[in-house]
Amino acid sequence: MATVALSSIAKSFGPTRVLGGVDLDIADGEFLTLVGPSGCGKSTMIRIIAGLEHQDSGSVAIGGQGVDHLRPHERRVAMVFQSYALYPHMSVRQNIALPLTMSRLRLWQRLPLLRQLSPGRREAMRAIQADVAAVAAQLQLEQLLDRKPAQLSGGQRQRVALGRAMVRSPDVFLMDEPLSNLDAKLRVHMRTELAELHKRLGATFVYVTHDQVEAMTMSDRVAMMDSGMILQLGTPSQLYEKPASLKVAQFIGSPAINLLPATVAAGGRLELFGRPLALSVAPEAGQAVTLGVRPEALALVQGEPGGTGSAWFSARLRRKENLGSEYILHFELAGRDASGVSMRVSPAIAASVSEAAELALGFDEAACHVFDAQGQRIEPRGQGSATASVVPLRA
Amino acid sequence: MTLVLPSPARVAPAAGRRLLLERFTGLGFALPALALLVLTILAPLAVLVVLSATNYEFGAVDMDWVGLGNFQKALADPIIRRSLLNTLIYVAIVVPGGVLGGLLIAVLVHRRGKMRSVYEVIYFLPVTSTLIAMATVWQFLLHPSLGPINGLIKWLGFAPVAFLSEPTTALATLAVIGVWQILGFNMILFLAGLTAIPRDLYEAADIDGCSGGIDRFLTITWPLLGPTTMFVVITTMITAFKIFDTVAVMTRGGPVGSTEVLLYNIYLEGFQYFHTGYAAALTFIFLAVILLFSAAQTFSLDKKVHY
Repeated sequence: MATVALSSIAKSFGPTRVLGGVDLDIADGEFLTLVGPSGCGKSTMIRIIAGLEHQDSGSVAIGGQGVDHLRPHERRVAMVFQSYALYPHMSVRQNIALPLTMSRLRLWQRLPLLRQLSPGRREAMRAIQADVAAVAAQLQLEQLLDRKPAQLSGGQRQRVALGRAMVRSPDVFLMDEPLSNLDAKLRVHMRTELAELHKRLGATFVYVTHDQVEAMTMSDRVAMMDSGMILQLGTPSQLYEKPASLKVAQFIGSPAINLLPATVAAGGRLELFGRPLALSVAPEAGQAVTLGVRPEALALVQGEPGGTGSAWFSARLRRKENLGSEYILHFELAGRDASGVSMRVSPAIAASVSEAAELALGFDEAACHVFDAQGQRIEPRGQGSATASVVPLRA
Repeated sequence: MTLVLPSPARVAPAAGRRLLLERFTGLGFALPALALLVLTILAPLAVLVVLSATNYEFGAVDMDWVGLGNFQKALADPIIRRSLLNTLIYVAIVVPGGVLGGLLIAVLVHRRGKMRSVYEVIYFLPVTSTLIAMATVWQFLLHPSLGPINGLIKWLGFAPVAFLSEPTTALATLAVIGVWQILGFNMILFLAGLTAIPRDLYEAADIDGCSGGIDRFLTITWPLLGPTTMFVVITTMITAFKIFDTVAVMTRGGPVGSTEVLLYNIYLEGFQYFHTGYAAALTFIFLAVILLFSAAQTFSLDKKVHY
């Protein structure tokens, strides 16, 4: 078991700067997820931890020891690849055994012809087979040990790749988008399996994904990356409830957060579509800010809108999307170039409105996020309280 | 080839007619290909078999049926026996040399960056050049007194070697030229095979501790090149069996028959002595040997190869 510490890691491929001096400390036994859009540098980062790529500057330490000079297999890390990278000509048994035969047998004990003559090989092979069987039992692979990877389903290959990683009992598991080749249903199932595996093994997991749902559901902490930098590092709920920037707010959460343009009036008071809000910001925030409201923080306003202190705006209902247990209502804002607004409601509320209707949407100012022109989060002053005219989400 | 179709008696007349029509349409489409196959391959083979059982001589007006006489004569002929043995020795040098050499060069060239295409062109040049033209270059290079190779040998303090006029070295020298000729082609085939191996596998191997050159080669490269290797071995073998041009222009079977090979003897019998019937029998033996070796290779390797 080990901690992983990255300090000012920078990496460029030719003229393209992929990582720009990243610092990251991963605790012992932690499940940390690197999440971000493609090309943000998350895969390069995990490959640098593995030793498959070399950083241009900065250093990597695993378990407090610098590993920059070590080859990948000397770093006591295991990696699960997106493609699984199983050896196609070997059986499942041989695939899982390979890390052990490499570490426990000497070169001449592995060479064809010569290996039959070497003493002690049989005992070593027996111990290896016992370890392989133990791992196979944990992953329910016993029935598949003699098959080739081509004869396995996607989920089974995934488990073989996990088995090959587990068999050496490494200190750190590195996973590079391991679920993205699975179908949706299996992915949900494997999320649970991976989280349970992490609990059972107690090892440090570093997990790379572009899927924010995977990041939110499995991780102890999430590092959201973009353009070679970590934008925010925190627990999944910190990222969701207090996004540090517009990019984080937009990436985390599905459906995506609604962004509304607000203006700063005299005294720093915010106005939305010409109506004042019970929010004000420091004058250095500039003239225009962006308001972020999660789809579940919006509600239909009943009765006459515009009561004291209630924030609202009107929008036209474009489409109702039925997800079974809830509906997503998609609105367009009449006469504004701002992109649409989506709202999460119960089926009962969805049934009460009809498409193309002009509706008033209210929200609690306390639940909205304010970002300045540079996209950084700012904490508004004097937040107003929820008003009585807002209908609760679940009617 | 039989088609299982419902008997026309048991189906309605209209449906029966349609089935018959479909069957003839199918045969009609297959006919041009079949005709080509017969004209270009099967008919010449049949002529070959018929000729091999006669004593026909090119230009003669009549011929006699000799049955298996030509084959008996060939198997008893010391020249043919020697040329068969020489051909096998030549193949036994060129196949391992050409295959392993091609593999070695491919592995070395594969990971080069910008220089890769330069090396590819250099090694492929002998394939594109005509061997008969290059043979004159080799003759000069290997010349006992004028050639630079012997110049080097003499400079190193050894006695010069008459590579092509010494019975002990002539066949081996031709085999080396044969390897040189085929190396580039095999390299290209192996390079294609190497490119098809996913990079992920080498990275996984790196992490699994399989990072030494020998381990990587034995664990990943060699097994995954299996299909390529099988193809290369068989094509190299067939090419090696067809050794003719270097013998024809450089040694003419000499010195003292040490480079007489099967195809050269067939050429002599058929086109110099006009023993067409006998040459046909020799050709038949030649084809049988190639077929035998290819089949043996395919069946023995096929089990070990992972596709």
